[in-house]
Amino acid sequence: MRVGIAGVGWFGFQPEVVDYSFREMMFKAAQRAYEDAGGLDPRKDVDAFVSCQEDFWEGIAISDEFAPDPVGGAMKSVYTVAGDGLQCVGQAYMMIKSGLFDVVVVESHAKPSDIITLNDVMLFATDPISIRPLDIGNAHALAALEARAYMHKYGVTEEHLEAVVEKAHRAGAKNPRAVYASPGRSRSSSPVVADPLRDADIAKFVDAAVVVVLASDRVIRDYTDAPVWVDGAWWSTEISSLELHDWSFPVHAREAADGAYAQAKITDPAKEVGFAEVDNRYSFKELQHVEALRLAPVGAAKDLMADGAFCPGGRLPVNLSGGALAEGVPFEVHGLARLSYAVAVMRGDIKAQVDRREVAVIHSWRGVPTTTSVVVVLRT
Amino acid sequence: MSGVTKPLNPRGTKYERADFPVFEFPVVGKARYNYTTGEALGRFLAGLKEGKILGTYCSKCGRVFVPPRMYCSYCFREVDGWLEVRDEGVVVTAVMSYISATRARLERPVAVGVIKLDVPGRQFDDHFFPGLMHYICGAAEEDVKSMRIFGAKVKARWKPPEQRTGSITDIECFEVVRP
Amino acid sequence: MTSRNLNFKHRVAVVGAGLTLFRSRLQETPQELAWLAARQALDEAGLTLKDIDCVVIGSAPDTFDGVHMKGEYLAEGAGGIHKPTVRVFVGGATGVFVPIAAWWHVASGLCKRVLAVAEEKMSHAAKPHPQYVFRYIWDPIVEKPLNPNLIWIFAMEMHRYMYKCNVKKEDIALVSVKNKRNACGHPSAQLCMPNITVDDVLKSEVLVWPVQLYDISPTSDGAAAVVLASEEEARRITDTPVWIKGIGWTLDTTHWTNRDLAFPEYVRRAAEMAYRMAGIDNPRKQIDVAEPYDPFDYKELHHMEGLGLARKCEAPVLTREGVTQRDGDLPINPSGGLLGVGNPIAAAGLMKVAEIFWQLRGEAGARQVKKPVYTGLAQAWGDLMQAGTVIVMGI
Repeated sequence: MRVGIAGVGWFGFQPEVVDYSFREMMFKAAQRAYEDAGGLDPRKDVDAFVSCQEDFWEGIAISDEFAPDPVGGAMKSVYTVAGDGLQCVGQAYMMIKSGLFDVVVVESHAKPSDIITLNDVMLFATDPISIRPLDIGNAHALAALEARAYMHKYGVTEEHLEAVVEKAHRAGAKNPRAVYASPGRSRSSSPVVADPLRDADIAKFVDAAVVVVLASDRVIRDYTDAPVWVDGAWWSTEISSLELHDWSFPVHAREAADGAYAQAKITDPAKEVGFAEVDNRYSFKELQHVEALRLAPVGAAKDLMADGAFCPGGRLPVNLSGGALAEGVPFEVHGLARLSYAVAVMRGDIKAQVDRREVAVIHSWRGVPTTTSVVVVLRT
Repeated sequence: MSGVTKPLNPRGTKYERADFPVFEFPVVGKARYNYTTGEALGRFLAGLKEGKILGTYCSKCGRVFVPPRMYCSYCFREVDGWLEVRDEGVVVTAVMSYISATRARLERPVAVGVIKLDVPGRQFDDHFFPGLMHYICGAAEEDVKSMRIFGAKVKARWKPPEQRTGSITDIECFEVVRP
Repeated sequence: MTSRNLNFKHRVAVVGAGLTLFRSRLQETPQELAWLAARQALDEAGLTLKDIDCVVIGSAPDTFDGVHMKGEYLAEGAGGIHKPTVRVFVGGATGVFVPIAAWWHVASGLCKRVLAVAEEKMSHAAKPHPQYVFRYIWDPIVEKPLNPNLIWIFAMEMHRYMYKCNVKKEDIALVSVKNKRNACGHPSAQLCMPNITVDDVLKSEVLVWPVQLYDISPTSDGAAAVVLASEEEARRITDTPVWIKGIGWTLDTTHWTNRDLAFPEYVRRAAEMAYRMAGIDNPRKQIDVAEPYDPFDYKELHHMEGLGLARKCEAPVLTREGVTQRDGDLPINPSGGLLGVGNPIAAAGLMKVAEIFWQLRGEAGARQVKKPVYTGLAQAWGDLMQAGTVIVMGI
């Protein structure tokens, strides 16, 4: 059983969507996804719906209550995964592979602009007994600790981070929904937030919703002539105790990638993968994730980046969209943002500077203090 | 039948003392939100400020939505427009609350219920109808407990216009209409 | 249109279950509770964490613990580190949904042995009362400003059911009496009340009429876990696997003030999906023992009707006639249910799945139902009276 993407739709990607509630954003993204899937009727054609969201991002306890209606799922099989949107894709992939489901819709939405106390909410994800009482003034400091450990271990300098930031803004300038893209933005003159991270190293938040329609190979031609196949989907959680996790390398991303590559029968990712969309919500994370996904040897991404290997038109373009640094971080939508962009590139809807569009790898991470990554391998 | 009873020796350490060591960490005041009302509820709240209850409708299935949404949950399409429903209706279900939101005992119990609202020229069965949850005033405890209140006609008691803020609380309660 | 394909490739079995004590306050952290339950389930299956490929976690609102991204936090206690771990969520219906999601982890062929863990710690929110936390489940714009208590909506549903089916509180109280007495056979139980009577229920504190104190399950801390395996693995692990024969779930519209509350249509649809997969066309005859969700006594009746184990408005009659007792023709909640064993939300739902597992294996000991049982069902319910999750198991 092969699983494919039959349609994608998105809405928002603005710093603040003032006119529409999160439910209305979901509805609009769903309308677009269903139209993209050949006018699919969610009331008749869909077997199940999966929504990726977290209560504290919503400000609603048991927020899955609000999942069904806006996506056409009322009185149907709908559930929530408290995780990144790509993890919902992973669930849909399993559901379809089980043989019990043919069409599964994945949804995620985010409205960070609704949260008044965002830093406090982020810190609520830390251990309530061992870390929260430290009252860290800025949640990004946890990422700065990782950045220091990584940079120290592998000789990464601030110039290397500069290269990531510059690439993100230049690539993002060609991506219409990358609202934060600002080519020429100077990293070195932006203020230090938590050393070594400067303001330009840290992605901003953005309001967005993305809906993806997945279908089995048995029925997918009913909805699209150009399916993009999900040939691998895997995820991993490293550990819950931040103190004990590997501060210098995202082991979870490596574990997730190895699982996804094994399913997709990819043995040499650096050669076989045509382009990648990975989490870069902090500049150094792009280098780490490129290495974790085996697109560069560990410690070597910085040099390959400097050589332009990962730039648009390079040997293996990474984040042609500009990634989170250019588009912003829409909470759990982030993985679907990466995926929807890659699908559009693979189908040729977006003219991107990439030679090989047949195989793409997508990665998501949930930000500090989490240690979960999801990796999906797409093929045309 | 085997002699064992599963689960065997379930574990867990019960606190025996009423006053146990805890690690207090306030969450409620620290996680604060400004919920975007959006197109549908935004207009609904603006209507309340003017003393009107507004709903949306779907021409395809004929449903009327109060509280309103911009989409029909059943046909999965944008609604076709707005209408004003009456600020009166009938009680579909009602209860008598003797406790507050924090579970403290109330000095005087309050009646709460779901009100199925009247829409001129339209009839609704019990399976789908425009309806709101709200306080019910003018009902005796016994009216609620005996379920005599079910089916009773009620009408919104509005706050004076100058006190309205564009909130569901611009309606103080739905008052029982005595025949 | 759900489950068009009934020809799935892999059969999935439950091969072990574990449970902590259920108490109003336990000393253990959520991670430790998850670990206790997971450890017991693994021990019962004769497995270690190394044997586990994937982990599925369930926990209801994060606000109880005040921990954001609680799945990440729980992963360690649930055995989910350096493994694919996912947290699924359908409010109160989560407990039964955890093994449903674990089912497709195995049925997809991607995982062979899966640990499914559910945990809840309501006591963290003890000040002023866990009920206050539920304030955040209401619509933040049209409902929360009314300063509601969660019990309101269930009282509204109960009253509507009483009104439509002409049910008396005395009949509903029989459920509470049965379950709190049944719980005396359960080693984890929080509320074993061997001598409770209908009169005690009717005289208990009135909270939101018609709901009184003994109509409701308590607030609890606790965890539960089960191990699922593919057919090949299951046969290697045990001589008595319990097969998952059917799964189903449905979410009704969010807008509960627009629909009739007298009948849980969402449970009927969820059951229909599970029955179709399990090949059940007459549940009243083909289900031997059931654990419908009973956070309130009326909900057991409501859910029996939704599940097709009783006709509409018939469940109170069956209860009065003793059909649902442990020695009856259709034992309902022989565990003692949430009313008796306790209600650590997601863990309570998974406790029901564990109960059916033990009943079908003949391992419920003091709680074992009298009739021989081959097929059982567990069901949970949640959200704004809108979610139904159903699992059918058989030997």
